[in-house]
Amino acid sequence: MNLETTKSSLEANIPGCRLEIVFNGSPSAQHSLLVDAEHGFAIAAYLKDAPDLRFDFCSNVTGVDWPSKEISAKVKVKKIVDGVESEVEEVQKTRTQGYLEVVYHLFSQELKYGPLPLRMRTEDRDRGVHLPSLTPIWRSAEFQEREVFDLFGVIFDGHPDLRRILMWNAFQDHPMRKDYVDPDDFEYEPTAHDQVLQRASQHRSEAGGR
Amino acid sequence: MSTVTNPTAQSQLEPAIDRGEEQLLEISMGPQHPSTHGVFRMNVVLDGEVVVRLKPVFGYLHRNHEKIAEFETYLGSMPYTDRLDYICSITNNWGYALAVEKLAGIQVPERAEYLRVITGELTRLQNHASLIGFLLQDMGSSGTPLMYAFREREKILDLFEELTGARMMCNYMRFGGCRVDMPAGWLGRAKKVVQEFPRFLDEYERLLVGNEILMERTQGIGVLSRELAINAGISGPMARASGVNYDIRKVDKYSIYDRFSFRVPLGAHGDVYDRYMMRFLEMRESLKILNEAMRAIPAGPIVDPKMRIRGFRPKPGEAYGRIESPKGELGFYLISDGSPNPYRYRVRPPSLINLTVLEDLCIGLNVADVVAILGSVDIVLGEVDR
Repeated sequence: MNLETTKSSLEANIPGCRLEIVFNGSPSAQHSLLVDAEHGFAIAAYLKDAPDLRFDFCSNVTGVDWPSKEISAKVKVKKIVDGVESEVEEVQKTRTQGYLEVVYHLFSQELKYGPLPLRMRTEDRDRGVHLPSLTPIWRSAEFQEREVFDLFGVIFDGHPDLRRILMWNAFQDHPMRKDYVDPDDFEYEPTAHDQVLQRASQHRSEAGGR
Repeated sequence: MSTVTNPTAQSQLEPAIDRGEEQLLEISMGPQHPSTHGVFRMNVVLDGEVVVRLKPVFGYLHRNHEKIAEFETYLGSMPYTDRLDYICSITNNWGYALAVEKLAGIQVPERAEYLRVITGELTRLQNHASLIGFLLQDMGSSGTPLMYAFREREKILDLFEELTGARMMCNYMRFGGCRVDMPAGWLGRAKKVVQEFPRFLDEYERLLVGNEILMERTQGIGVLSRELAINAGISGPMARASGVNYDIRKVDKYSIYDRFSFRVPLGAHGDVYDRYMMRFLEMRESLKILNEAMRAIPAGPIVDPKMRIRGFRPKPGEAYGRIESPKGELGFYLISDGSPNPYRYRVRPPSLINLTVLEDLCIGLNVADVVAILGSVDIVLGEVDR
């Protein structure tokens, strides 16, 4: 499987899709394909069904949180100081938009190759966290997308049963996000034990004990 | 088993229960139920004794292993991987070590690869041996089969204890090799265990494989089709029982598995009986690998001499490494940002993903069959909930 040819055949068959190859600098050299959320479903369906690709086995689905960060770059600016033009270095700060990313590791059982990491990114980390669900294409994504929803807060449109899976239903936050802070009173809840102790102390005073 | 009191769970199942005069009963199997192999719960809706709907409930053992690993160094997570699938800790170590070796481009010396194969296949033997014991125990043949299986498992755990210092939490692998070499005489004792193992298999097969009650309870129960198995990401013995010819040892040829001659057994029906028999056949194949590996193990270093434990910082990048663990495809996905701890650490748990089809397998069968089907999936909750 060649990532370049896969990309060009996708571009030829799915009009309007925006693809990008994400370079991977580690020795594993597993470069991934970044697809846009709009055409994500069509691309996944093509990858699964195209006779020369046949990615029939979606092994791993996971999320990655990329919070917004400040990038400071040194830029040389020409300035006129005391009537003399000179070059001065200035630090320019830009803030990148944070996003959540979902990675699908695809394999082909029929043609015995892989992995192809397929990535989709949300618009931001607050409101635009919607991505198309690929569960209708690969059932294996069912529990894993639920897990990404639970721990990262990505909402998968078209998922048959999008509920929390590992955390309990009343839980509010998404613990795998980088900015998650666990509350101080995480373990605190008024237990029946406290009530029992209180009632027991009342009985003691009635009986004239301690 | 008791009736459900959890209001959220009830409201989800309300439409299924409230259908006029039909008397559907919703029961909650687990989490404290011996057949769930830990703390696993199933909300089962029954029509009489027939399962209409089944929703698994997870998370009782959730401790967010992946988040904890982000605050640890790479090596710091190694002992924690033991606690994922606590029956087979060595293969968990192996999967993680393999992913890190891919991420950082570390070579593994010859002897260490052999040690990995030997310990990994011993792990497969003891996992499958205990699984068949558990499964028969779940189906009501109380005591004897489980004790026979545990007797064999104990011999392998003794070997692990001698080699690594721990019976179950072995913490054996390191990046680029293994932690300790074999003590004197260990190989001889391991060879003896492997040589005696076929006797146990033969005895066990004579004991129950042809048993009429066992066949009645397992044949044709919980049939998983080949297409669904591939689509739902089912891996390991469960997929191969459905005829999916996919063994990562053969496909990826990771480590040195291309040097051994072994076959991949395949099932024809995909029912509980096939999944049960698959474990027997895989154990026999593992014995072949073990015999070959124990004969051929060379001398040499057990860890890559260039590997530095202190200040280990892989270059920015990512890697997905996977192995054929006894439960199925165990994958680790790591993203490095160049710091001493991983930016993202993900475990692909075979047990959790193999449970995706649990509802499909159970619908239309008796509630007693749910226990047999769950037993044949082979889950460990430490890995399901992470």
